Order: sequence, then structure tokens, then C-alpha cells
Amino acid sequence: MTLAALTLHAASDTLRRRECSSVELTEAVLARIAASDENIRAYLTVDRQGARDQARQADKLLSENKSDSPLLGVPLALKDNFLTRGLKTTCASKILGDFVPPYDATTVAKLRNAGAVIVGKTNLDEFAMGSSAENSAFHPTRNPWDGARVPGGSSGGSAAAVAADECIAALGTDTGGSIRQPAACCGIVGLKPSYGRVSRYGIIAFASSMDQVGPMTKDVRDSALLLEAIAGHDPADATSVQRPVPKYSEALTGGVKGLRLGVPREYFVAGMAPEVEQAVRRAIAELEKQGARIEDISLPHTSYAVAVYYIIATAEASSNLARYDGMRYGHRAEAADLNDTYMLSREEGFGAEVKRRIMLGTYALSAGYYEAYYLKAQRVRALIKRDFDQAFASCDAIVTPTMPTTAFKIGEKTQDPLQMYLSDIYTISVNLAGLPAISLPCGFDKAGLPIGLQIIGKPFDEATILRVAYAYEQATECHTMKPEDRG
Amino acid sequence: MAQMKLSRDEVQRVALLARLRLTASEEEQLAEQLGAILEYMEQLNQLDITGVEPFSHANDAVTALREDKEVNQPNADALLANAPERDGSFFKVPKIIE
Repeated sequence: MTLAALTLHAASDTLRRRECSSVELTEAVLARIAASDENIRAYLTVDRQGARDQARQADKLLSENKSDSPLLGVPLALKDNFLTRGLKTTCASKILGDFVPPYDATTVAKLRNAGAVIVGKTNLDEFAMGSSAENSAFHPTRNPWDGARVPGGSSGGSAAAVAADECIAALGTDTGGSIRQPAACCGIVGLKPSYGRVSRYGIIAFASSMDQVGPMTKDVRDSALLLEAIAGHDPADATSVQRPVPKYSEALTGGVKGLRLGVPREYFVAGMAPEVEQAVRRAIAELEKQGARIEDISLPHTSYAVAVYYIIATAEASSNLARYDGMRYGHRAEAADLNDTYMLSREEGFGAEVKRRIMLGTYALSAGYYEAYYLKAQRVRALIKRDFDQAFASCDAIVTPTMPTTAFKIGEKTQDPLQMYLSDIYTISVNLAGLPAISLPCGFDKAGLPIGLQIIGKPFDEATILRVAYAYEQATECHTMKPEDRG
Repeated sequence: MAQMKLSRDEVQRVALLARLRLTASEEEQLAEQLGAILEYMEQLNQLDITGVEPFSHANDAVTALREDKEVNQPNADALLANAPERDGSFFKVPKIIE
């Protein structure tokens, strides 16, 4: 087995025991990238030199035995919407094609301070808008389990890099499912923390009331370790909360005995692939066998979530993306006057899906439509949040599928934006309500493609969903499967 | 109900607000796609939302106060390095006033 296949906690243990150096581990990851990324194309930028320098630095710290950070010397990947000082950050858009950030995102600074090795920047749907990584302005990413299929999105590059052992772990961002849905497609663990748990400073903004950073990892323990490293208040993000960060990795054991797990009837409806439903039902039965109490619950406004989300997310995006005007950074078109420069720079710089969403959001916010769309969507958002509040009165966590199907084929949904939006049907409500949720592998369909199980928690109760996920993972084996094991 | 379609005038009005110069074929395609998406949004009209307060943010807004001290490290060169056009320590932009 290559060192690149290690989990974060195993890699950290291996480094601490001096069984390998960070330089060796980093070289193993770089070799893996060299061997398989020409095909998978998970990365937009690989920082070979930077990674080697950071690894040498980490080896020095390891030999001095001064730091107890589990990330020290471990090669990680970042979605290309995290600002990285001195390292090109494109958001998979032509409008930021040559952008080199002058500062690090808070989460990136935290990883660097913890001694992590940043290997490179991974592909995504342009501005994190999409569910397949096909909207990248540069190239699509292939699913390591089946090269004809998408890795999911928008954090598709991070998910594929983790699944293909092209990094030890990665970070992504999740606005409507962009960590969990690709995690499900690629058979890895993806966690979206509660809104406000992790700083958004230095993350290229898409929909500011929902964007959140989270870990994408090979197992649940890694997810807890990485969340511990990035969570916490940040004075530079006024929406990050002042709550203390629990030691999530020390709260994994304890099991699910006596825990009340809600299963929302609205999530098991037409449109779900039968094999996905079977796998999720089997996972629920496993948790019940371990002593959890399964509660039938209702989230009655579920069917409105996609409509609400695509009004609010596009409205916020149209406002956030107004900053790309070609003046101080980004692509500038040659044009006769100022207004033409704005309009042509944006026309040339943005791809089709980004334009579609800017148009939709601008429409929803424009005079005469604001109340009918944006304000109405915010009122229905309140009802969706209320559904969860009421459900959590009778359960401690909620168990659902992550996605109605397994990974779809490249090109299958690109012509029909609405069909693409519907692949996020189980993940979107969580962002609207600001809740934490995790996706972990719970089986495979007949074609050998991974299926994701989603566990949704109360606000700031990441500890419980990690505990449920860990209990399930310990009793089952699908998280140990690698794409090359696929029959 | 026949599939909703936005008029070309309406697409052009929104494109101007959004500062996008769309091509004719983009306008045509967006008129159809946005129409279909907006039609899907119509389902929100089935709900009675009288008296429901709009929800804009998951966390209660608190005014974040901090000490009034300088924290920025001025890094003009790194900022200007991304400028499409610069002149010494200035961003160069198209003429704004005729």
C-alpha cells in the first residue's frame, strides 16, 4: 500500500513514530498525483515546490518534538475557492484565471500554523455553482470509481483527490450540499459544519448566508480532527460564533444506545434510486441494532427547499459577484468606455451557469419582483427552519440519504439546469436552516458506485453527528473500500 | 399551463442591471431557461405565509465589536500585482467622466 492511501490519523501516527518522514509522505502523494491525475484531473494547481518546502519544515518540527498537532507534516488539498497567499486561486473561473491572493483565508492560516503541507488547489464548479464539477472553466473532473461519471460538486476536485489518494484529506465548501454530495459520489466522508462554526474569511463568497467550510476525509475520525483544527471564532468574520470548540475527536466513542434518530418520511419519495433507499434503510437498521431509537418524523416543507434555495442563493450570488468588474483584479476586456468594460469583462469572464445564476438572482431582487421572490423565499425559509426545530424536539439527530442517486454520467444533466438543481434535494434544507450534517459511505449500487448516508444535527451539535457516523463506520466496512477494489 | 418564457426585453433589462453583455443566442436560451426555473418557483405560491417573518440568517445578528486598533499589514505591491493595468502605485482604469 502506498503511504498516500493513509488516513490523516494513521499518517500522523506514522510520522510521530518516525516510520516515515513528511518529505516521504509528501513525495508519495505527489507520485500518486503524477500517476493518476492526468486521468482524474482533481487538481487545478499542484504546488510541488511549496509542498516539498513545507514538508521539510514539518520534518524539522517533528524531530524537535515540540508540536502535538495531528496535522503536522500531513499533505492536504484545498478547493480552489480558498485564498492562498502567493498561490494562484481561480475559483475555476476565467475571471480569476491569473489571480494570486495577497493573503491566506483564516482556515488556510490555521492549517499552516498546525504544520499541514498544502499540496495544491482542487477543481470545482465555477464559483462553487454546480453539482458535478462540470461547470469548471478549465476542465471537468472524473469520478475515481468510474471515469465516465462526475465526482459530484461543487467540491468535486477535493472529493476525487481524497478518494484517489491524491491527498491525505481536503477541505471543501458547502452552500447547498457541495461537500456532502461529492463525498457521497466519491465514497468519502464530508462534513458541513453549522453556519458560523468555521470562519468564512478568505473564502470566495457565493451565498454568504449559507456558505460554510468543512472537512473531506477518508474516515470519520479524520473529519473530527480536521474540524477541530479549523473551527472557532474569527474576528475577521462577524458571522463566526464565539462558542468554544469541543474536542470532537475525543467524543467519537460512546455509541448510539438510547439516541433518538429521526427518519423524515418526506425524504423517502419517488425519484430515489431503489438501491440508494435499500442501502440507507440497511444503515438505519444497523444503527437500530446498536441501540438507537428510530423515530418517524415529518419535515413538511421539504419539497419547497429547492425553490427557496435557488432564489436566495442566486440573489446573494448576484450581489457577491458584482465585485468582479475588471478594475482592481480579474479579467478586463478591451472596450470603448467604462460601462462597456464592465459588461464585456463579465460576459467574457463568467461561464454559462454563473451567468444564469446572476441573471436569476438579479431578477429576484429587481424592482417589482423582490417581494414575490426574494422576500417570499425568506419566509418559506423560516418554515423550513421551523420544521427542523419541531423535529429536534423528538430526536437527537436525523438520518437521510445524501443524494437521490449515485454519481451520474458526465454530460447527463448539463443541458437541463433544473434537473441538476434537483440532485441537491436532500442537502439544501440543511444550509437553509444553518445546521451541521455529515455524509459517509453506506454501501454500493450494483454498478459498484458508492452511496452516501447523511446525518443531520442540531445547531452546533457536530459532536453527536460525528458520534453516530463513527458508530456506523466502526460496525461496517464500506469506508475501507478503494476505487481499485471495485468489482 | 404553457411553459413560461421571459420576454427578450425582460432578459435585456435584467442583463443591464447585472452588467452582462449577452449574445443574442444567450438571450434566447436564458429567456427559456429562466422561464422554466421561475415556473418551478411558482410552487411557493401554494403556501400561506401570512404572518411568517422572513429568515435571513441562521445566527442571530450581533454587533461584533473589537478594539479600535490597526490590524492590516499594508501590502500594496501584492494588491497591485493583480491589477489588469497599473501605473506605479496606482490602479489604471478607463475614463469615468467625459
